[in-house]
Amino acid sequence: MSYAVILVDSTSHAVRIEKLLAPTDIVCKLIPVPRHLSSDCGVCIRIDQDDMERIRQLLDQSNAPFRSIEVI
Amino acid sequence: MKRSNDGDPSSRTPEGAIYLDNAATSWPKPPEVVAAMREFQETSAANPGRSGHRMSIQAARVVYETRQAVADLLGAKDPLRVIFGLNITDGLNLALHGLLKSGDHVITSSMEHNSVMRPLRELVRKGVEMTQVTCAPDGTLEPKMVEREVKPNTRMIVLNHASNVCGTLLPIQEVARIARNNGLLFLVDAAQTAGVLPVDMLDDHIDLLGFTGHKSLYGPMGNGGLLVGERVDPGELHPMRQGGTGSRSEHEEQPDFFPDCYESGTPNAIGLSGLLAALSWLGERGVTNIRAHEEALCAELLDGLAHIRGVEVYGTRDAKKQTATVAFNIRGMEPSTVGLRLDEQHGVLCRVGLHCAPSAHRTLGTFPYGCVRFGLGVFNTFDDVQDALKAVHQLAREER
Repeated sequence: MSYAVILVDSTSHAVRIEKLLAPTDIVCKLIPVPRHLSSDCGVCIRIDQDDMERIRQLLDQSNAPFRSIEVI
Repeated sequence: MKRSNDGDPSSRTPEGAIYLDNAATSWPKPPEVVAAMREFQETSAANPGRSGHRMSIQAARVVYETRQAVADLLGAKDPLRVIFGLNITDGLNLALHGLLKSGDHVITSSMEHNSVMRPLRELVRKGVEMTQVTCAPDGTLEPKMVEREVKPNTRMIVLNHASNVCGTLLPIQEVARIARNNGLLFLVDAAQTAGVLPVDMLDDHIDLLGFTGHKSLYGPMGNGGLLVGERVDPGELHPMRQGGTGSRSEHEEQPDFFPDCYESGTPNAIGLSGLLAALSWLGERGVTNIRAHEEALCAELLDGLAHIRGVEVYGTRDAKKQTATVAFNIRGMEPSTVGLRLDEQHGVLCRVGLHCAPSAHRTLGTFPYGCVRFGLGVFNTFDDVQDALKAVHQLAREER
């Protein structure tokens, strides 16, 4: 499976997005941020690449803060 | 824990003393609170937001759920703008020290607790101008008196929702309108009301709301903070402390986003897990039902005290215009003596003295001796009130 990650500023933001996605059929998992994407010690949300556009729309509608979505 | 017939925990201590000090901290707590804290400690108590492993993430989820539950109860739009700290004093300090600077003018009332007055006195030393509007001798506030004090450099109005001494409610909705019409920030200290009276940041036009977890939200001690409304620019709210947040670790500068900017250091996550359970319990019990019970207890206490010769009651003496916190004195007896004798001879636990609110006591005419305060809570019963009244009656009779 090909993954992408949603980068966020803090774990609070990650949990917020996890909660936003919970009622949908989108599968996500909170994981440590891959080192090559950021030197931050926090977490990000791993998603399926196929869900990227749907998620982007959901995030825009909800005003949930996020930094970027990156393919890994 | 001993439970009464309807499933509530008992308001009596194991030795049988009646707990009437809920205005200081509520006791007992719903059993669900202690159970949740135990479960959190045993299953999820990793450092929330600091590590990427599953237990740390689970702890972060609990903290976030608590943010959401606090926001939902108090009408805040954005759970990320719920800032957790040690208690409400922490939250009020952040709002006052974080926003007011030299040359700003702030308006407050004469009924405030030292959690507002001491930061304000410190800010006055640093060049902030303060006006304290005098309340009536029953602690009530005429909103027009506040509007009269607005000046070109006024930045903020800060008020408690209810007095911690005598329970008198202040007209926060009317004062919110004054703040809005004059372009001022409105900070409310809801220490005595959140959980027992409806408080809604959006509907009531409150910009900053201080709350505490351990009083009428029925959570454990060591939790509280500040809710920050949309009209407050995070660039203008300076954090009280800097430190590790688990975010932006590559930078030595403090993050500039909610809530991390204001929450350095490991939070009291176990306490928050208890607060979350408390808020869930509160949602099931219902704020309206809690208020109805406390109002009925308060009316019975006020009525009983009014019929005891030698007892003087302070405040509105009207259960509808106050919280279930009742202040009184027995003529000729020092409050400290009354408190000791209530405890030792009658098993009634309450708070006497100045209640960290010298200005409020000046307003009520009880400075410097203070008064006796009975703070009723949701788990108190009519039997508690009657037994406490008998104790006061006996002390007053002995004094005559």
